[in-house]
Amino acid sequence: MSALLCASNLSLSFGGLKAVNDVSFDVQPGEVFTLIGPNGAGKTTVFNLISRIYQPAAGKLTFNGIDLLTVAPHRIAALGVARTFQNIELFEQASVLANLLIGRHTHRATSLWQEVLFTPAAWRAEREFRDRVEQVIDFLDLQHYRDTIVAALPYGVRKVVELARALAIGPRLLLLDEPSSGLNVEETDDMAFWIGDIRNDLGITVLMVEHDMTLVSRVSDRVLAMNQGEVIALGTPAQVQAHPAVIEAYLGTPSSPPLQGEGPGMGMGLHG
Amino acid sequence: MRFVFKTRYDQDIALFKHPGQRFWYGLLLIALLLAPAAVSEYMLSQLVFICIYGIVGLGLMLLTGYTGQVSLGHAAFMAVGAYTHVVLISHGWPFLLAITAAALVAGAVGVVVGLPALRVRGIYLAIATMAFGFIVEEVTARWESVTGGNSGLQVHAPAIAGFKFESTAALYYLCLSFAVVTTLVVLNLLRAPTGRAFVAIRDSEISAQSMGINLARYKTIAFALSAFLTGIAGALYAHQIRFITPEQFTILQSIELLLMVVIGGLGSIHGAFFGAAFIISLPQVITWFKDFLPDAIANATGLRPVIFGAVMILVVLAEPYGIYGRWLKIRTYFQLFPFYRRGLFKRQKSFQKSDRLR
Repeated sequence: MSALLCASNLSLSFGGLKAVNDVSFDVQPGEVFTLIGPNGAGKTTVFNLISRIYQPAAGKLTFNGIDLLTVAPHRIAALGVARTFQNIELFEQASVLANLLIGRHTHRATSLWQEVLFTPAAWRAEREFRDRVEQVIDFLDLQHYRDTIVAALPYGVRKVVELARALAIGPRLLLLDEPSSGLNVEETDDMAFWIGDIRNDLGITVLMVEHDMTLVSRVSDRVLAMNQGEVIALGTPAQVQAHPAVIEAYLGTPSSPPLQGEGPGMGMGLHG
Repeated sequence: MRFVFKTRYDQDIALFKHPGQRFWYGLLLIALLLAPAAVSEYMLSQLVFICIYGIVGLGLMLLTGYTGQVSLGHAAFMAVGAYTHVVLISHGWPFLLAITAAALVAGAVGVVVGLPALRVRGIYLAIATMAFGFIVEEVTARWESVTGGNSGLQVHAPAIAGFKFESTAALYYLCLSFAVVTTLVVLNLLRAPTGRAFVAIRDSEISAQSMGINLARYKTIAFALSAFLTGIAGALYAHQIRFITPEQFTILQSIELLLMVVIGGLGSIHGAFFGAAFIISLPQVITWFKDFLPDAIANATGLRPVIFGAVMILVVLAEPYGIYGRWLKIRTYFQLFPFYRRGLFKRQKSFQKSDRLR
């Protein structure tokens, strides 16, 4: 089975900081692949490389056999890669429904003229979009919030709406940047459930960044641990959690003196 | 209180969400059609101005209210539309062809002016569009062989297929039909993927991009459409005031247009027309108000801008969603009577915004 997403030797520096240094991994179709690591490990930067917000200094990135590095950022979604953001980037002054409909944008088949005159073709397209969006709403139990403006929603619901918007694209690969951050225990539980369903029922491959190890071990097939821009371990959740380099990255080595502020995991200022 | 029970997707897509809306907008249209019989000649010409400014408002609302791109150059788009139209008419073009060409020329200029928007935003975009305004002002003043320079151009009444729109009522119907058609066009666009892409760009460029929206393309479309509509309004404006000079399309006019959509309520089509009605009626209100003021203040030269500025500050402080926001609150108050509570429209502040593209 060939990999759906294949990253090889990715590197990116911000000034002197090597945010991502020679990172290679591949995501198989149908798996839940998780990136973990302390703050500043470069996980979100890897996400931003995949969604083409950053251009890597070196390395290769292919999705489904297509070289991603030659694709314009706005073409990524059409290829079937959807993402959520760590700090929620919804369209705040629009309703939940409008947000999800924007997710269908890559499937736009009407011309500007058809839209201006709202011809039968535009009606058909809108009904089709609306139907697909309703399926997502149904899948994530968002019926209650359909017509609410996002700015009026609580944080936990926004998180689900962002997931819904990514699903509305109809992706093959879903990038989830910290899906459980800011959620309470119950909401995290729901999220774990949905990630499982997204993989099992919708057949979407999931690549996620996550800190909550309970959630990680519950849903992930494989885990990649990063620290200071480098890969330190790859394997099943249990293997990675037990890996000495991972323990060191999170807790430091027993010999290192406390409170020096230099050790890994002390917070690098650059989040994610 | 009305609760719309939805059973079909078409109810979400349709322009009128429920029969009540159909009734009220139908009533409004009938009232507007009967207006020439009911109001004075002077009031009617004010209504013509409201229609014209409403069309500009639609254009600017599309760009600023929906796409989030500030423009301080819309008077210049009006000038491009007005001068192109008048010059073409004087070369014997029929009215409809000339106004279409004027709108297209304005739209093409809009594409060029929109180019900086692909790189800069906010205050820098405002400066870039303002510079464009100065260029157009200068060109219209200096290119005397075509524009007549500072001495201006005479404009005749529009004529379609031999019928001359000489009377105020005729011109009113002409402008009203343009206003209705352009409103429908904008409303259609806003319920289609293009309109949603505009809103997406306004609220978060970075996630709009990852939703597959080509930022450069849609910003350009927004500028082009906005300028197109403003060009139409410019051509109608020329017919309404009968005489165009560069002084009518200055930076002050641009600022007034921007104020119009902000006061009307950014991000709503109602706002465009509320704002237009406000801008047109304000001088009247000030004239009436003057009688109650001491002479020293009433005859001061800067009274109008001062009141404008004061209203602007009040709106930004008290009602960021403008007249339309206030209208929504009043309507909700009556719909929910007696259960309206003060905090109903309070929105929770959010401080979660990740790093932007630039």
